[in-house]
Amino acid sequence: MAVTDPLRTLLCIALSLIGGSVYAAVLPADRADVMYHSYDGGGVKIDGPAVLVRKSVTDDVSVSAQYYVDEISGASIDVQVNASEYAEERTQYDIGADYLINKTIVSVGYSNSTENDYDADTYSIGISQDFFGDLSTLSLNYALGNDIVGKSTDPDFEEDKKTQSYQFGWTQVITKNLLMNFIYQVITDEGYLNNPYRSYRFLNGSSASYLTEKYPETRTSHAFAVRGRYYMPYRAAFGFEYRRFNDTWGINAYNMDVSYTHPFNDNWIIDVHYRYYSQNQADFYADLFPTADFQNYMARDKELSTFTNNTIGFKVSYEIDTGWSNDWLEKASVSLAWDMLSLEYENFRDARETNRTPGTESLYSLEADVIRFFISAWF
Amino acid sequence: MLLLMLSGCSPIQPWVKPYERNNLADPIMSFSMDPVESGYMHHVYQAREAARGAEGGGGGGCGCN
Repeated sequence: MAVTDPLRTLLCIALSLIGGSVYAAVLPADRADVMYHSYDGGGVKIDGPAVLVRKSVTDDVSVSAQYYVDEISGASIDVQVNASEYAEERTQYDIGADYLINKTIVSVGYSNSTENDYDADTYSIGISQDFFGDLSTLSLNYALGNDIVGKSTDPDFEEDKKTQSYQFGWTQVITKNLLMNFIYQVITDEGYLNNPYRSYRFLNGSSASYLTEKYPETRTSHAFAVRGRYYMPYRAAFGFEYRRFNDTWGINAYNMDVSYTHPFNDNWIIDVHYRYYSQNQADFYADLFPTADFQNYMARDKELSTFTNNTIGFKVSYEIDTGWSNDWLEKASVSLAWDMLSLEYENFRDARETNRTPGTESLYSLEADVIRFFISAWF
Repeated sequence: MLLLMLSGCSPIQPWVKPYERNNLADPIMSFSMDPVESGYMHHVYQAREAARGAEGGGGGGCGCN
């Protein structure tokens, strides 16, 4: 029986996979982080704390827990134009466990997020394994989310949303200085996908009027990303990322990111990065529809419009000398990160300019500062 | 047939030996040096952009940390 070359290659790979690797997979390091985060832009400030703790409980089991809060204040352009105020606080809890079995890590997770008008539960399971003497890591992950959408102005309003995610990941050692990562992820949504507060805008005579948006009840998206990190000839790393996205709403997007990480004097690490993001609009998006009920689905969410986002970011970390540490603390660090986002919308207009003829207002743009300050400890 | 396949392909040998992975094991080579911070940034982008998924940040592949 003839075995063709491609098939033979596949069989060789498959058999090598079954053979497994010489070196076992490794559980994540024991670590705790306490972070203050802040987003300030477009008339909105969102800040709050986050705490993430990860600890091995046995040689082959590691557990993690996260507590995260978003405190929202101010009013976005949507709120200023017509919508009601959104939830003012969101609280999220995450718990997870990783179980190491020979060369395989099985992960399970649960996440709960609550607002006064939105509840979300997410369950996840994943498996990853190292192959080829730990030169390759393959992973598969599945997540199921069940959300309940409410409306603070209507206690009887309650809708469901179900999200499922399937992800395949592949991390590969290319050379002794280059690491690559490929991820493909499919996400499906079913149910109520609107924001119940947001309205679309339509021409009513010579002025504009508003009605509640109408969204499809399904959405499927595909995202593929490739990332790399290259160790420079001196102690520093260059990173890059490219991601493509498309969905059944007609949105195509991509982003790219380049970063440079440079340690100084054993204690300091400086990181700079630049990210560019671009997307086109959803099929059913318009800034101004010609009439009410112009088509089946109508949206004026600026996140579904055509726009670009330029981000430049800096991060500095100071690793505290471990000379004073004792048995339970291996090392600690203090970090400050600051990103500046600049979003330029190409077909979302500033409807606050009510003295202008609808459809001739200035195009909207926003700039935002995103700050993270965190203390980390490894034990 | 199994024997034929086994004899037809020698096992793929790791081309980067464990003792050559010092650079890859350096924390600066991690795709996600600070998970709490990178997870937050994914959230910041997801809340403002339509694209979602394949954010990554998962563990490295060298198994040498």
